[in-house]
Amino acid sequence: MTLPSGDSSAGTSPSSSSGPGPVSGPGSGPVPLPMPRVPPRKFAAAARTALADTRLRRNLAAATAALRERRAAAAAEAGDWEELRAAGQAIKDGTLLNLDAHLLELERAVTAAGGTVHWAVDAAAARRVVTRLLRGTGETEVLTMRSPVLREIRLDEALARAGIAARPAGVADLVVGLDADDRPAHPLFPAMHRDPAQIRELFARRLPGAPADLPDDAGALAEAARIHLRGGALAARAAVCGAGLLVAETGTAVLFDSGGDGRVCPVLPETLITVAGIEEIVPTWEDLEVFLQLLPRSAAGRRMGAAVSTWTGVTPDDGPAAFHLVLLDNGRTSVLADEAGRAALRCVRCTACLDVCPVYERTGGDPYGPVHPGPIGAVLTPLMRGVEGAADASLPYASTLCGACADVCPVRIDLPDLLVHLRGKVIESRRRRPVPTPELAMMRALAWTLGDRRRYEAALRRGTRWARLLARGGRIRRLPGLLGKWTEARDVPAPPAESFRAWWRGRTGAGGRR
Amino acid sequence: MSARDTVLARVREALGAARGTRVPVPRDYRVRLTGEEAPTRADVVALFTERVAENGATVRHVGADGLATAIAAALWAREAKRIIAPADLPFGWLAGLEEVHAQADSPLLDPAALDGLDGVVTGCAVAVARTGTIVLDGGRAQGRRALTLVPDYHLCVVHADQIVGTVPEAVARLDPARPLTWISGPSMTEDVGLERVPGPHGPRALDVFVVDE
Repeated sequence: MTLPSGDSSAGTSPSSSSGPGPVSGPGSGPVPLPMPRVPPRKFAAAARTALADTRLRRNLAAATAALRERRAAAAAEAGDWEELRAAGQAIKDGTLLNLDAHLLELERAVTAAGGTVHWAVDAAAARRVVTRLLRGTGETEVLTMRSPVLREIRLDEALARAGIAARPAGVADLVVGLDADDRPAHPLFPAMHRDPAQIRELFARRLPGAPADLPDDAGALAEAARIHLRGGALAARAAVCGAGLLVAETGTAVLFDSGGDGRVCPVLPETLITVAGIEEIVPTWEDLEVFLQLLPRSAAGRRMGAAVSTWTGVTPDDGPAAFHLVLLDNGRTSVLADEAGRAALRCVRCTACLDVCPVYERTGGDPYGPVHPGPIGAVLTPLMRGVEGAADASLPYASTLCGACADVCPVRIDLPDLLVHLRGKVIESRRRRPVPTPELAMMRALAWTLGDRRRYEAALRRGTRWARLLARGGRIRRLPGLLGKWTEARDVPAPPAESFRAWWRGRTGAGGRR
Repeated sequence: MSARDTVLARVREALGAARGTRVPVPRDYRVRLTGEEAPTRADVVALFTERVAENGATVRHVGADGLATAIAAALWAREAKRIIAPADLPFGWLAGLEEVHAQADSPLLDPAALDGLDGVVTGCAVAVARTGTIVLDGGRAQGRRALTLVPDYHLCVVHADQIVGTVPEAVARLDPARPLTWISGPSMTEDVGLERVPGPHGPRALDVFVVDE
């Protein structure tokens, strides 16, 4: 069994082992994990680039404000918004608690309708399945439609390694793809951080066939992109896309995207590969009536997406002859195992929580890492990947806990509550380290000091003296050492010369002086 | 252990004792239009007309006997000389055409060939008033999905009795086994500055003819 470029058959279920430990099973073509171009950084460090870019911040602020307004209007117009949210929450909760049964039901229905179901325990396994399927078609080009799941598994990098060119279906993917240093700012509107003038400049430099006198109005730019994108879509013989929802009962996949560009994927190519998280299921066809109302209004503030596609397996003489559904775990079962965190898997990836978030509005999507941006990303990423890594552990702190996200969530995920839950997990995980973190050491020292009146008063006296030495004009602008991080964004008022305790003692002792 | 068994075992282990718990779904949302939105059947059709227009399509009411003339006039106005239609399009719909080459769909036509055509004429499966949406299911008079995706102009005939009030009513009428396309207006993208402009895929012009019974 030594096949160097082994594309030997693998059945419905690729024999890929889980985790980093065991070597990948035989038959799966070697797709080495591409190294990330930059090592994962903590949220605050990663956000610095975005925060320093005033143009990006202005564009993000304008776009998120517009989306907030539209979404609020769309939700208000529905009239029965709260009833729909309650139904959406209950449907997803019920799905998650019976997930194994629904997954099997889905597999049966998709297979019966002529599709093939594959399972992937992690991102690497999903990359292997997709590249193996694409190699099997012999195609060197593939049509791709943006999807949070495809970004999560870093499919683009794997395709590049495998020598398969990804042709984007949507305008925004084209824009982001033309600049190697750019990253999508938003799952639904990846080019939202760029204004038309920037896109014009990019097209003029990088887009083949773009006219030199391209104006910077949206219509002309979309037209230039259209000519380019249509060429790729009409010639495409294979496509990879995500799915908005999967109906277990019928085996139906639902593709929902704000503009409707994704609709080419399940129609024109011969082979369609859909990658979906195992939590993207709803049990019955009837349940779609809830999400076809919740999703469009939550995602882009519309009554309905411009084009929504649903398909069940393959249809003779209409659309792809082969349909592959890749069901991805990649940490979702870890989220499911967390009784409190489980609620985060209700998420239908609508992005409503991003646009209301005061943190996201300023940083954009990139600092949140590959899984998902915004408050839901700050919850899902550490739940899926654990809080041991510094970058993942920093995400639950990328929030002001203002609660706006929980108010707009169409499936009523209590995001602030989950963020606090995760902050607790971060602290717990650090407590187990052999060498305590500076924060923990300081907290222990504080606990010791505050535990005794004399120790506390002595510390107060000494602290006051030092603090007053640092103060200028009644304010401390920089604290020394690690405490300096706290004063990066704020001043501390200088403590008064006399503490309340000292004053109180003096007052009673001197029989009411002052 | 296959990936499938691994994932399923992890799901079962993660759920533990909670596995299999039923969660009652409160379905208190509206399944039909309220009396305020549309007091009569005629108001449902009127709401559909209004919402389709808001989605950026051109919408017109025609009588059953005036349909062929109206289709011919619309194709003339759009300068559509070469059009395609599903093979099972009612014969009378295209009876009024002059100087238009109308072709019945055949599986031999690949996307590039469809791209060379000026437009497509179809019917629909269901239409939703509240959202201004037309649903195509590949059934009678609709053809395969590529027909209504590649050509740049789509003329869609909607019979008044195909219009339902809400999304739940439409979902109940539709067959999940068929490939569905829910179209709300012509092709669009908001990827440049969140401004709604014609998008890369799908017809950039959509005419909807509502046939009153």
